[in-house]
This record gives sequence, structure tokens and C-alpha cells, in this order.
Amino acid sequence: MKLQEIVDLLEAEVVTNKELVPTIEIHSACGSDMMSDVLAYVSDQGLLLTGLCNPQVIRTAEMMDITCVAFVRGKRPDDMVKSLAQSKGIVILETKKQMYQACGILYTHGLDAKQ
Amino acid sequence: MTSIKQSYIVDGNDFISCGHASEAVKRTLKELGMPSDLIRRVAIAMYEGEINMVIHAEGGVADVEIFSDGVKIYLRDHGKGIADIEQAMQEGFSTATDDIRELGFGAGMGLPNMKKYADEMEIDTEIGVGTTVYLGFKVR
Ligand SMILES: Nc1ncnc2c1ncn2[C@@H]1O[C@H](COP(=O)(O)OP(=O)(O)OP(=O)(O)O)[C@@H](O)[C@H]1O
Ligand SMILES: [Mg+2]
Repeated sequence: MKLQEIVDLLEAEVVTNKELVPTIEIHSACGSDMMSDVLAYVSDQGLLLTGLCNPQVIRTAEMMDITCVAFVRGKRPDDMVKSLAQSKGIVILETKKQMYQACGILYTHGLDAKQ
Repeated sequence: MTSIKQSYIVDGNDFISCGHASEAVKRTLKELGMPSDLIRRVAIAMYEGEINMVIHAEGGVADVEIFSDGVKIYLRDHGKGIADIEQAMQEGFSTATDDIRELGFGAGMGLPNMKKYADEMEIDTEIGVGTTVYLGFKVR
């Protein structure tokens, strides 16, 4: 799925690396507030949906080669989080949708949760 | 055989910048053109170890040695030590407090995950003295 389509479906705001959005294709996603679980279970996901908002979310994404982090429930990353993501080429999205809703929308539109 | 040695201080009071050592190692491995599978495994395992040094110990030093066919990492801290290594290695075992869980860690998955990604792992620990975790990776 094109990242732009995800932005539209989640009615999200692109906060960092806006110019990269058209170049990114997302094949699978995961949703979690526990970075421990993301590190332990996720493989080859391009998108992380989370309600947790601290710099370790971006570091976790970087270690896992996750290219886009979507903050749900209207969570707003602070400048520190934004600049870290900006420098790593990670796209940050903000959506007002709740975790369950956001994951459900993407899932029903065909975005898989490959294990 | 020649190797590249790097040493990083992991500040135990700085959760915010935790991960910078793993990040730097990942970058170096990329620049050296190491296989992406190795880079991924090293980055995740070392990051888990770095996080542990900050949330369970008071920080320490990460020594990294990069060879043409693998990577060796020593994570040394002077924290409280691990009472029962076998128990600590079990998935789901964690002594993390709610404060740590609110930061997104403390599921008891770090050490088992490090074991999964590394080709060799050894833990040396003494209560009240500290812990050294050795991680060895080979190009597969
Ligand atoms: N460097 C360390 N110093 C002291 N205790 C440690 C250290 N590393 C791990 N431990 C102990 O081992 C337990 C298990 O560690 P592990 O990394 O598997 O899980 P965790 O850190 O609690 O949670 P997670 O890694 O999922 O965020 C920890 O809860 C802690 O009690
Ligand atoms: Mg851990």
C-alpha cells in the first residue's frame, strides 16, 4: 500500500520527512505501545502505529528499519522526537484515530500484519 | 586479522539518548557494507542490551569489535547484577516497574531476544558488582 494512501485513510498529518511520502510503499504494519514487543516480534514491517510518544519509539523504529511511525489518539511528538525522526529519514504521522480504529481501517483495506 | 574497535559510554541517567551506541554501530556496519541480516541482528540485540544497562543498571560501557566476518560486543555495567540468570532469560520475566512500562519497556523480552539474534551470548554477573553481557555475531 502506498504511504500516501495510509495518510489519507488515517486522515493523518505528516509531521516529518513529508517529501519522502510519495516514495514509500508499506507492505505490512504493527500496532503496539510496548517497544519490547515491537523489538521481539516484528519483522519487516514498514509502519508502526503507537500511542507511546518518546524518543525510544524512533530509536526502536530505526533498529527495526521501520520507515514510518504513526502516533494515534492525537498524540503529539515533541521537538526532540521530531528532530530525531527527521534526521533518520523516518516519516511521522499524527492521527486522531484510536489504535483499534486505525489498525482496523488499514487492515480492512488490505494492509497485512505479516509475522 | 585486522578489526575495528569502538567504545561507547552508556549514560545510565539518560533514557532519552539511550540507543545512541547501537545507532552508531549500525551506521558503521552499513558504511562497511556488512550484510543487512547481520546489521539488523546486531542493531536489535545491542539496543536491547543498551536499554537494559539504563533501565536495570546505572549505565556502563559498550565495547564493540568488528571483524570482516562478524562482530563482538561487550556490554559492561556496574549495576545491581542479576540474581538468577536462568529466570532472567525466560520470556516474560521482568523486574521492571510501572514507570519503565510507561516508557514502553519491561515485557521481559530483551534477553531472550538478544539470544535469538546473537550467535553467541554469555552473561557474567555478580550481585552488587555488575553485569557483563557478551554478544557474538557471525556473518551467515
Ligand atoms: N544489565 C542488567 N543489570 C541488572 N539486571 C538486569 C540487566 N539486564 C537484565 N536484567 C534483569 O533481567 C530481567 C529480564 O531482562 P529482559 O531484558 O529480558 O526484560 P526487561 O528488560 O525487564 O523487559 P524488556 O527487555 O522486554 O523491555 C530484567 O527485568 C532485570 O531484572
Ligand atoms: Mg530488556
